[in-house]
Amino acid sequence: MADILSPLPGIFYRKPAPDKEPFASEGDRIEAGQAIGMVEIMKQFSEVRSEVSGTLERFAVEDAGAVNPGDVIAVVAES
Amino acid sequence: MTFSKLLIANRGEIAVRIIRTARELGLRTVLAASEPDATSYAAELADEVEVIGPAAAGKSYLNTEAVLGAATATGCDAVHPGYGFLSENAAFARAVADAGMTWIGPDAGAIELMGDKSRARQAAEDAGVPTFRGSHGSLSPDDDAAAIAAEVGYPLVVKASAGGGGRGIRLVTAPEELESTLAMARAEAQGAFGDPSVYLEQFVSAARHVEVQILGDGEHVIHLGDRDCSLQRRQQKVVEEAPAPGLPEPVRTKILSSSIELGKLCSYRGLGTVEFLYDPVSHEAAFIEMNTRLQVEHPVTEMITGLDLVREQILVARDGVLRLSQQDVTFTGHAFEFRVNAEDPASNFLPSPGTLSRLDWPGGPGIRVDSGVVTGSVVAPFYDSLLAKLIVWDSRREDTIVRSLRALGEVRIEGVKTTLPLLQAVLARSEVRDIVHSTKFIESTPDLLGVTS
Repeated sequence: MADILSPLPGIFYRKPAPDKEPFASEGDRIEAGQAIGMVEIMKQFSEVRSEVSGTLERFAVEDAGAVNPGDVIAVVAES
Repeated sequence: MTFSKLLIANRGEIAVRIIRTARELGLRTVLAASEPDATSYAAELADEVEVIGPAAAGKSYLNTEAVLGAATATGCDAVHPGYGFLSENAAFARAVADAGMTWIGPDAGAIELMGDKSRARQAAEDAGVPTFRGSHGSLSPDDDAAAIAAEVGYPLVVKASAGGGGRGIRLVTAPEELESTLAMARAEAQGAFGDPSVYLEQFVSAARHVEVQILGDGEHVIHLGDRDCSLQRRQQKVVEEAPAPGLPEPVRTKILSSSIELGKLCSYRGLGTVEFLYDPVSHEAAFIEMNTRLQVEHPVTEMITGLDLVREQILVARDGVLRLSQQDVTFTGHAFEFRVNAEDPASNFLPSPGTLSRLDWPGGPGIRVDSGVVTGSVVAPFYDSLLAKLIVWDSRREDTIVRSLRALGEVRIEGVKTTLPLLQAVLARSEVRDIVHSTKFIESTPDLLGVTS
């Protein structure tokens, strides 16, 4: 299991825009370097990427939830 | 329509600004605040605080049901939207009015008209406001875009009708790029704004941004002078001033009088800003868009007119008639506004949230500070980075620059990084003193980016 941590404080979003599909969903196959969401800090957006390949087990933060640096955003089962 | 309790649907420095005037007018104030803002400086100053949702603006400040619910639950009979958030949301303005409350702003029809940039441009033309060469209204799919573009001339810009504030604009330098850029711009506009309509407009390479403040009651419209907001970075204003310097008098007269005509044409009620690009080479000014709300930079107008714009805005919403005539408005001196943002200019303007361990503002004659924070305030990562605005007045522009450099030098902020070094460096430039800068100046001057204190 590998945790994906928030690099920044802000708001975590699972979709690139409210009317778009999520970056990834629980159960999806994820490749290393793939974006699984983004964090907004003061109107600037940064993508959150997985460092490992595997299966996206679960999100630990709800969509549009507040995050602090180091918070676990999602858990990936490496494979 | 008379009212006694005002809901403030905003946060930060503008919420503080509105509370101050509301209190002077004897109004009770309710601050609609997100959870993290429930202990903000604005929340401390308000008579009541109503929490409207979690940190994410989409679930709090942009949640029309929650904001309206807060107004109803606390017995408010008026709503002030400030700027940003719901201030130019016509459906929200209508919902407030339908709920029997007074909306401090123009009616929903005027917000809708000016929100559609191609309709707004047409209204400006009809009112005699100078516009750049361009297509008349949105391009329809049947239009011969190539022929219209040839008439406008290259280079030109494709603009999204639903855009604004510098968003949804693409440059076309030659005819062979037109078709592909149009297709891309339409797709982008559909994605970003839910409306694929675009229009064409002449491109101006080095222009200044000037704007006219108007105030109307639906029948009478007056101007409160002009401002210059050319000092921008990424389409965001950094420093503003009033009056607009270096503007030939015939150009100034034309933009002031035609802005009044535009206000009359749309029966404008409340405060509004008509924005122009001014080409210093051809001495032409042309309409960009109209903002149907209180503007961030309104204090520079207050400094040179001696008026409280928020008071006039609230009174015209209450009484329905302007109490000022054009002859009542006089202009004295020159004012600058500096936006102090929690961003680090030395690290590519990376946002810098944190806790303010020290916050010392300057003093002395001609100095005003509109701040949303005090020592000990937490600067949250969730919203705009604007901490405060430093506003400086003196009798002449050159004196105001000297006083501003002195005032900026007195500011001490610890706990977050701020844009103060950029503000000081900009003001020290000869291009700004000599008024030869354009809206591209900050971004095209490497010495100004990455500046450290």
